[in-house]
Amino acid sequence: MKELKVTPIKDGTVIDHITPGHALKVLRVLKIPESTSSVVSILMNVNGKKGKKDIVKIEHRELDPKELDKIALIAPKATINIIRDYEVVKKHIVEIPNEVVGITKCSNPTCISNAREPVESRFHVISKDPPRIRCYYCEREPEDIAEGII
Amino acid sequence: MPMNFTHRDIISIKDFSKDEIEYILEYAKRMIPYANAEKHTTLLQQQILATLFFEPSTRTRLSFECAMHRLGGNVIGFADPSGTSLKKGESLADTIRMADSYSDAIVIRHPQEGAARLAAEFSDVPVLNAGDGAGQHPTQCLLDLFTILTEKKKIKGNNVVLLGDLKYGRTVHSLAYALALFKADLTFVSPETLKMPKEVINECKEFGVEPVSTTNLEKAIKDADVLYATRIQKERFPDAEEYNRVVGSYKVDNTLLQQAKEDLIVMHPLPRVVEINPEVDATAHALYFKQAFNGVPVRMALLSLILGGKKL
Repeated sequence: MKELKVTPIKDGTVIDHITPGHALKVLRVLKIPESTSSVVSILMNVNGKKGKKDIVKIEHRELDPKELDKIALIAPKATINIIRDYEVVKKHIVEIPNEVVGITKCSNPTCISNAREPVESRFHVISKDPPRIRCYYCEREPEDIAEGII
Repeated sequence: MPMNFTHRDIISIKDFSKDEIEYILEYAKRMIPYANAEKHTTLLQQQILATLFFEPSTRTRLSFECAMHRLGGNVIGFADPSGTSLKKGESLADTIRMADSYSDAIVIRHPQEGAARLAAEFSDVPVLNAGDGAGQHPTQCLLDLFTILTEKKKIKGNNVVLLGDLKYGRTVHSLAYALALFKADLTFVSPETLKMPKEVINECKEFGVEPVSTTNLEKAIKDADVLYATRIQKERFPDAEEYNRVVGSYKVDNTLLQQAKEDLIVMHPLPRVVEINPEVDATAHALYFKQAFNGVPVRMALLSLILGGKKL
């Protein structure tokens, strides 16, 4: 018998195919729960067709493109489903851009991008899977990308 | 093959291909008679170099200024930011915009990593990185390669031992990368707590070079062709206790050098503190003062190439 773990949502966003164990990092980059009072459901280590995955469901909130880029850095294989009236109206597979600007700050405290200068943080993506980024300014690689998400 | 460096920023050694580095080094050889004043030139007459040193420097600043003067150009700038608007809270970006309007090229040393890259964004004139915190120091790297090339006639295949603070030292990171690019054999000797960062080792491996890491200098010195010693830099340590534990870990002296090859060269970016005993200065191994001189022809080559002067 199929067991229903979390009910479908009426309106909102379902983030599927999150790297197992990364659901909480996705919530952190989306600033949940601080940024929303919606109901949020989390499933971790769910068996999917391609192995285990995490799923996050956020009711009454549709993610914008900048948020998608952030998720791509944490969960490069994630798919974003926008749900309206129980139907998937938009499906988006996240893709890491070649350059990441203004999304995550440099983990190096003495990097000039962390000083009072009129520039945004900027990283070159040196690997998309697993995601690895290198600061355009100080050339350092952050160990945990999620830590620096702005 | 002729290459065009006109107006190019010199920020990181990683911005240059092997061919480009070889081209610069070959051109630097032709600068030697001008660098030691055997010949004279007015190649960069009427051009102004701004030297902005937000951190102390002796050799880098003096050799840049010497290089510009030897090419017939002029120099403006400061060696100490305490007398500038930075003390009033001016951003680096604004300081650069100002220097850009006063000069034809900017040399910058700054305590924060990435400062030169940022400066290049706000400057129309070319920017040369003279050291950004624990980051890059590309002209030092070029003069180190130049020293090895002129002394050993080639870079590839030399066993180069990098010694000392390999964790915080900015010169050794760029140099390890560049030596691997040229397929030198690399041995990293440091205290356990100051080992070469993994990302630098991985970069070397990407060029097919497998560096050997050890704490044992006596063993490493026996097969070395080049010993590159560095100072353990107090100013880069976040923790004074960590510094006190490792300072004086290694000392290069004549007793140690008895175990070395006869043609081993000892290099050091200077200043040295306790790493090299002054008794070594009188031996044929000591190359560090010549290495410091080499900063002049290498920086002359760069200035002349990026300021687009006619070639000498």
